[in-house]
Amino acid sequence: MNAWRRWKNRLMLALLAALAAVTVMPLLAITFYLISQGASALDLAFFIEAQKPVGELGGGMGHSIVGSLLLVGSGALVGIPLGLACGIYLAEYGDRERLAPWVRSALELLASTPSILIGVFVYVLVVVPMKGFSLGAGALSLALILLPLVARTSEELLKLIPSHLREAGLALGIPRWKVVLGVVLRSARPAILASLILAVARIAGETAPLVFTAFGNPNFSHSMGGPISALPLQIYTYAISPFDEWHRMAWAGALLLVGAVLVLNLVTRIAGGSHDRGSSD
Amino acid sequence: MIAAVVTDQEGTDGRTPVELETRRLEAYFGAHRALHGISLAARKNELLALIGPSGCGKSTFIRCLNRLHEETPGATTRGEVLLEGEPIYGKGVDPVQIRRRIGMVFQRPNPFPTLSIYENVASGLMLAGTRRRSLLDPVVEKSLRQAALWDEVKDQLDRPGTRLSGGQQQRLCIARALAVNPPVLLMDEPTSALDPVSTARIEELLVELKRSVTVVMVTHNMQQAARVSDQTAFFLMGEMVESGATDQLFTNPRDSRTEQYITGRFG
Repeated sequence: MNAWRRWKNRLMLALLAALAAVTVMPLLAITFYLISQGASALDLAFFIEAQKPVGELGGGMGHSIVGSLLLVGSGALVGIPLGLACGIYLAEYGDRERLAPWVRSALELLASTPSILIGVFVYVLVVVPMKGFSLGAGALSLALILLPLVARTSEELLKLIPSHLREAGLALGIPRWKVVLGVVLRSARPAILASLILAVARIAGETAPLVFTAFGNPNFSHSMGGPISALPLQIYTYAISPFDEWHRMAWAGALLLVGAVLVLNLVTRIAGGSHDRGSSD
Repeated sequence: MIAAVVTDQEGTDGRTPVELETRRLEAYFGAHRALHGISLAARKNELLALIGPSGCGKSTFIRCLNRLHEETPGATTRGEVLLEGEPIYGKGVDPVQIRRRIGMVFQRPNPFPTLSIYENVASGLMLAGTRRRSLLDPVVEKSLRQAALWDEVKDQLDRPGTRLSGGQQQRLCIARALAVNPPVLLMDEPTSALDPVSTARIEELLVELKRSVTVVMVTHNMQQAARVSDQTAFFLMGEMVESGATDQLFTNPRDSRTEQYITGRFG
């Protein structure tokens, strides 16, 4: 009887391990395929040069790296403060505010809106009146994708802070808003920072909304009002071209994108891990 | 139904004047009435203990005294609470200002987890805008000495407050409450989460603290009430059954329900 139980236990464990391996397999396969296809194109020129005209040798994705940094950076600059404000409002005042359920539903809808629709929306709202694709429009569409992500995760994380800490602050004669900023937000800070990094990593790979807003640009650009390249857009441009040289660069760009997201995730894990050790008691 | 206590403001019986007083205080959670008209007074430099079985309203009562009750959505109060004769539920009274004068220590030690020992003690002042170490240092030392914690932590003020033992954390919370110099300190079962040794230390500390502050303490431990309090009030199902000098209440209770409770026949 006992032997049968042990055997059953081993069988289930093996089954779970196999399923876990199946889950990890695609990521490993993608990573190795990207490395095998793209690593050879990762030279200095890839990082510092822009797209070359067809027929000329060389070129790279420097302009797309700069473009992605600018798009994601300015999108985060708008989306993170707005999202955090929404999250704080919902977590700290949501139980006594009539508006809160509406805000929560609106955020849920925004979060489930296909990202290409966000792109079309910004196209109508910004690109058409301004008569041109732009970094500003691209950043706005990324901010709109970031906003509900940040709002919902920060709300959840703030709600994890036990209410006795809020009461401890209030009982000291500290106004509610200062308790929220000085005690609650401060206690949730490591977790919120980690969630922000993940959210930013998420928008770094967005492609569809940028097609209608940032549009893409074969040259270096940093103008708020002009079209700009981004890694996902340039990967698309290179990938659908008929040239082997460009295909290799598309692979390299994809490798860079996946690598950057992986590094951001690892940074979050390591930072989160050290925090866990710090507060364990 | 209401065991009203006649309180004299001037202490004609040689006792200290009344510091904090409730008059027909009622507390509600939505439509549910949790307190049924409590009239009770705490005198300066005395310790008033509130005893009674779980759910009798004693915690709700002290949460009304620093206006923390109303922070629960749907919670309201009726009746009066007077701090040094002034109504704290009066029109235009800011609860934040009231809470500066009436400190509170909770059942579970709740130091701020991301702050050091020093910052925890100074947090009431720091969050109110005081940043200068030269102003904070003496307050931190004085408060930690008052809370009988200074000798244990003076060399590790920069360590996280949550690294201390449970008893030390509770004394840290007492120091944090004392740092804003309140004349009244409310304590909601401050030792119920602690071991007997830590409990004894806090009880010693309470006797010391009475010299400088008025203490209102909820306890489910009748021996504790008998050991440290001057006055005791017995709560039952949202009513105050009886209050009076601790010796008298424990040795010669007027109400049969009080007698039954203190002799352990229910609760």
